[in-house]
Amino acid sequence: MIRFAHLLDSLLLTPARNAKLRLMEEYFRSVPDPDRGWALAALTGALSFPAVKPAQIRALAESRVDAELFRWSYDFVGDLAETVALIWPAREDTATNFPPPPSLSEIVTGLRAATRAEAVEAVARWFDFLDATGRWALLKLITGGLRVGVSARLAKTAVASLGPVEPDAIEEIWHGLEPPYTELFQWLEGKGDRPHPGEKAVFVPLMLANPIEPGEMEALDPAQYLAEWKWDGIRVQLAARGGERRVFSRMGDDISGAFPEIAAALADGTVLDGELLVVRGGEVAPFNDLQQRLNRKTVTAKMLAQYPAFVRLYDALFIGGDDLRPLPLRDRRARLEAWYAGASHTLFDLSPLIPFASWAELEQLRADARSKGIEGLMLKRRDAPYVSGRPKGPWFKWKRDALTFDAVLMYAQRGHGKRSSFYSDYTFGAWRDGELVPVGKAYSGFTDEELVKLDRWVRNHTVERFGPVRSVEPGLVLEIAFDSVHESARHKSGLAMRFPRVHRIRWDKPAREADTVEALTKLKT
Amino acid sequence: MAAPHPETWLKPTPAGLHCIPGDFYIDPVRPVDRAVVTHGHADHARPGNKAVLATSETLAIMRARLGERAGGSLQPLRLGEAVTINGVSLRLVPAGHVLGSAQAVMEWRGSRAVVSGDYKRRPDPTCPPFEPVACDVFVTEATFGLPVFRHPPDGDEIAKLVHAAALFPERAVVVGAYALGKAQRVLALLRRQGYDAPVPLHGALLAMVELYRSLGVDLGPIEPATGAKREALKGRIVLAPPGATSDLWARRLPEPMVAMASGWMRVKQRAKARGVELPLVISDHADWDELVQTLKDVGAPEVWVTHGNEEALVRQATLMGIRARALSLIGFDEEEG
Repeated sequence: MIRFAHLLDSLLLTPARNAKLRLMEEYFRSVPDPDRGWALAALTGALSFPAVKPAQIRALAESRVDAELFRWSYDFVGDLAETVALIWPAREDTATNFPPPPSLSEIVTGLRAATRAEAVEAVARWFDFLDATGRWALLKLITGGLRVGVSARLAKTAVASLGPVEPDAIEEIWHGLEPPYTELFQWLEGKGDRPHPGEKAVFVPLMLANPIEPGEMEALDPAQYLAEWKWDGIRVQLAARGGERRVFSRMGDDISGAFPEIAAALADGTVLDGELLVVRGGEVAPFNDLQQRLNRKTVTAKMLAQYPAFVRLYDALFIGGDDLRPLPLRDRRARLEAWYAGASHTLFDLSPLIPFASWAELEQLRADARSKGIEGLMLKRRDAPYVSGRPKGPWFKWKRDALTFDAVLMYAQRGHGKRSSFYSDYTFGAWRDGELVPVGKAYSGFTDEELVKLDRWVRNHTVERFGPVRSVEPGLVLEIAFDSVHESARHKSGLAMRFPRVHRIRWDKPAREADTVEALTKLKT
Repeated sequence: MAAPHPETWLKPTPAGLHCIPGDFYIDPVRPVDRAVVTHGHADHARPGNKAVLATSETLAIMRARLGERAGGSLQPLRLGEAVTINGVSLRLVPAGHVLGSAQAVMEWRGSRAVVSGDYKRRPDPTCPPFEPVACDVFVTEATFGLPVFRHPPDGDEIAKLVHAAALFPERAVVVGAYALGKAQRVLALLRRQGYDAPVPLHGALLAMVELYRSLGVDLGPIEPATGAKREALKGRIVLAPPGATSDLWARRLPEPMVAMASGWMRVKQRAKARGVELPLVISDHADWDELVQTLKDVGAPEVWVTHGNEEALVRQATLMGIRARALSLIGFDEEEG
């Protein structure tokens, strides 16, 4: 448990992705089974325990510490789990017969078998043998959600480096594995065979597209490509095999719980690739509606009715148990169309192919497309097999031109690693009734030379400092490029942008001439 | 005649804690005629007093930092020796905080008060350890006066630092450490763990490290970080004042990993909010357990609590059956920890 606690502690404080990977890789290399497997399960969200409530944890602390002292401390620290972890008094009888601290396996197996009441008792017992970081990590485990800035994908990427194998090779077998993943580690360390994914509904890593660069088009033969709209939903894989039915996100997360109606609609032996959307009366709803359905373990009947999910299909990996991946796209498409015609569907349709004769014609279509739910175009080679990952050449995405608007810099935050002494993360705002309202954040789009100038500007125009954040005078206009803007109840402006980045720095433009929230609202999709 | 209670002859005033019969102030916050200074930190050793009495190390630190303004006349007093000022006996006893730090032990007509200044109880290779002195009133600091503050063994923290430098050989680990006390202690602890590479230092740390060395504290090889090649700083442990770790200065370092040596680093959210990647819980102040242990060791029936989290320590003393009150002294810096 000590090593795991130190890992969580370091991950929490380490902002850089590569440094996080390094920390995890070192952990997985040096910690034996089964502890490292339980750690992997915790990091990928594959563990669940009887939920211990905050009130029970507070009561636990107050059984050992004066309530007034606890209150002063909680006031200062501000976080319940951390206060309890820090305040727990050391045992008096530490001199002799002191057992070693519990291992992660001991804790995980103990908790998995416990009722809620037993879990609280066990926690109190373990607390006595752990240090503050150990207690903090234990509280993170039992209260759910580690919140140390590690996605399941990042944890699997770290594990893959043990092989080394590609992270996608882990994804292919992941859903056939059970914690503590001993056979996975055996395989990666060359001591065992590759675990068999079995005839289960496992995730097959998706085939991804590369952005097409200007000028690249001329070298391609339009006759060899199919064109489709690029839909503004989320990419999903629907898998029904071995009696299991699942919906996987782009990264292989199982999101079946949030979309049970979609999961239930497939016949066994089918794995399809498509875009998950909310569609009402045949119209694609804004992305924001889809977000209401995401990140949920279960959904209510009301949610199902209010935000009806729908999948627009564009590829088939398996149909009727046949592996179609080696076939060229035109053949897979034919199989998909035949399958689709074979039954009536209420939750699916096919992503239509766009007929075109020349790139110029396609460019015109793309320029005209600003209707709901379209992000641009996809170009796919007719003769390409389905290859997991992002192979160069067969698939391209051709996004429509970004929208832009002029915003005013409001806050700047220090970056990390190479940028740790630079103010490189910018919050910008737009005018409303003579006041600036924050509308988004951007971290990219400028050169290193521009960063130096931006940083200098921030330091010379600081109004207030809050830890790593500075507020600045409203004096610098940033031209922001973004893909689209949507309604959002979460932001003061009522708007949320997708993929905002700094397009140009308008050193020349007076801040009062920047755009208004109203102007931005008009760009809403 | 019964001995007078210390509250009749030792009083908090706007200028600082005033010993009335001796007519001197301890760590005054404004210039006075006669000052007794417990240690060299800027919030305790202020400029412009006419006469200053302190340990010779503290006076040397004041001269280095304040120059002419250190005081009109500077009188050194050896640890353990007593002087009598207007009938008040004054003795300086080690406080274990930084080099030269002392507690002021005052006796008047059979009544004894101890002003501890800042102190800690764990061993520090750069200064002699705190000595508890029995007394009628003990004046204690409370910088870390909450039961959430328990400093781990400093060897463990230094091991984390050395491990981080080895794990990221392409980065520099820059440790924020106060110029007086913390920087030298971190150096001494590194040496104790066998880390013998030269340590590059920010320019603002050089003078005080040199002063420690001239006073006989061995800190191993050091070199200026300024002017060093970026390539040469990869995988190195570099020391800088806390403010400089996120300053323009840090740009000379290769992908700096910001570490901070402070008792405040015990609270993770506080470390995260300051952008610290590697918190090192190393403090020159007593943690909660040391504060409580000290109250037991000095056995004073009454405790006055100053700068820090007074309320919780007053509560704890009360639970221990000790009369306790918070002493509102202004002008002490809580950030240094």
